[in-house]
Amino acid sequence: MLRDRLNHALRHVPTWALYICMAVPLPLFFWQGLAGALGPEPIRALEHLYGQVALAYLVASLAITPLRRIWGINLLRFRRAAGVMGFVYVVAHLLVWLVLDIASVTAIWADIVKRPYITVGMAAFLLLLPLAATSTNAAQRRLGPRWGQLHKLAYPAIVLGGLHYVMQSKGWQLQPILWLGAILLLLALRMGRKSRNRRASLG
Amino acid sequence: MALRWKNTLKPSDVTDESLWLNRRHLLAGMAGAGLMGAAGLPQRAQAQGLAPNSWEDITSYNNFYEFGTGKDDPAKYARQMTISPWSIRIDGMVDKPGDYAIEDILARMQIEERIYRFRCVEAWSMVVPWNGFELADLLDMAGVQANARYVAFETYLNRDEMPGTRYPVLDWPYVEGLRLDEAMHPLTIMASGIYGRDIPAQNGAPLRLVVPWKYGFKSIKSVVRITLTDRQPPTSWNKANPREYGFYSNVNPQVDHPRWSQAQERRIGGGLFASRQPTLMMNGYAQEVASLYKGMDLKAQF
Repeated sequence: MLRDRLNHALRHVPTWALYICMAVPLPLFFWQGLAGALGPEPIRALEHLYGQVALAYLVASLAITPLRRIWGINLLRFRRAAGVMGFVYVVAHLLVWLVLDIASVTAIWADIVKRPYITVGMAAFLLLLPLAATSTNAAQRRLGPRWGQLHKLAYPAIVLGGLHYVMQSKGWQLQPILWLGAILLLLALRMGRKSRNRRASLG
Repeated sequence: MALRWKNTLKPSDVTDESLWLNRRHLLAGMAGAGLMGAAGLPQRAQAQGLAPNSWEDITSYNNFYEFGTGKDDPAKYARQMTISPWSIRIDGMVDKPGDYAIEDILARMQIEERIYRFRCVEAWSMVVPWNGFELADLLDMAGVQANARYVAFETYLNRDEMPGTRYPVLDWPYVEGLRLDEAMHPLTIMASGIYGRDIPAQNGAPLRLVVPWKYGFKSIKSVVRITLTDRQPPTSWNKANPREYGFYSNVNPQVDHPRWSQAQERRIGGGLFASRQPTLMMNGYAQEVASLYKGMDLKAQF
């Protein structure tokens, strides 16, 4: 069966290869910005590109469980890579904003408190911090069952990330709304599953 | 005719066409560096912080949501727009209402060069060497009636040619408006060219409004209708979000957009390490236009 062959082939893909593939756009976009390939406003372009890649990777990490439950495709081995690399791009996105875009400490703080979409984005970043810090096998062992509970913070963090994307756009633009919709759908798939399980165990 | 705007910048202040066309080649080879400093840059315009952006910057980084919300969408898709034949309906409170062919309008107007700062509400800016005529002359041609108080503008709309209009980002067609005294101000022009060439479709061909002391979205593109009225006309961004976009939308570093600061702006074309610069009151035209808003609370009427 196609699915079994796919799962079998996936077992032979080393996770480090995925880390490398996911890392490639980071220096590539920066180099394009330097070379003038990101258009006349490269700072804004780089900021948006890193933010979009971060969201894409985090949504991918969210899709892994539903993918296995619904289609039986097992990508669980790659979930950490998606989450960690998503965080790396969040940091890159934040650094472009801090260093290249705003470049003033007082203006940055004013933006964080005054601009709701930046407050929401910063909240998402703060929620991701403990997850990134506990993304090693050692931390997972040390925390035991609490690790799983802690990493449920990924759900609100990713929702806030999608909301941040919708809120920063001028007018009701399609793409950010589609991303937020995808995030909510992926979460709904989990919720649906959970309540079904609960009902089954009650019955 | 009221007092005319005296342009202090001459065509000689603008970078020579052969030089800006070759800018990339010049920059690519270090040999060009000396040449640029010596003869290339328009010294006077530079001294006023008004070195025009390159043709490439001006024509590749645009907001024209009818063609998509990406900054590069207009350059990609706007050429699909039928700009010939083109006529503009001038109606409402005018003595000579009617459909005016673009050729007839341009033949009767005095085209001049205006090098203006252009400040987008998104906190970026450019300097554009427009070619155009004063809107006041066009309105005089149509004969404004005594009871008219406002001017309403409308952009061309063709859903087959404008892929962005498939989505309700804004309530199409795009509409804008000015108070009559703003419209009659000598700084307010209708532009038909940039750098002495026909204005490209993505910049609002064949004729667009330019109001240099207001945020860019007020300078409506590809105008098909101008209506004189006695009531403040609806404007697209104000309809979409009245809390964020007011009717006046004068450039004002002291009145922030609810979602970002308007105190600074980034001049387009400075590369990856360009810093922001302070935004000027009324985009640097306060001396010319402040009297229009005497006694008004600019925070309340933004």
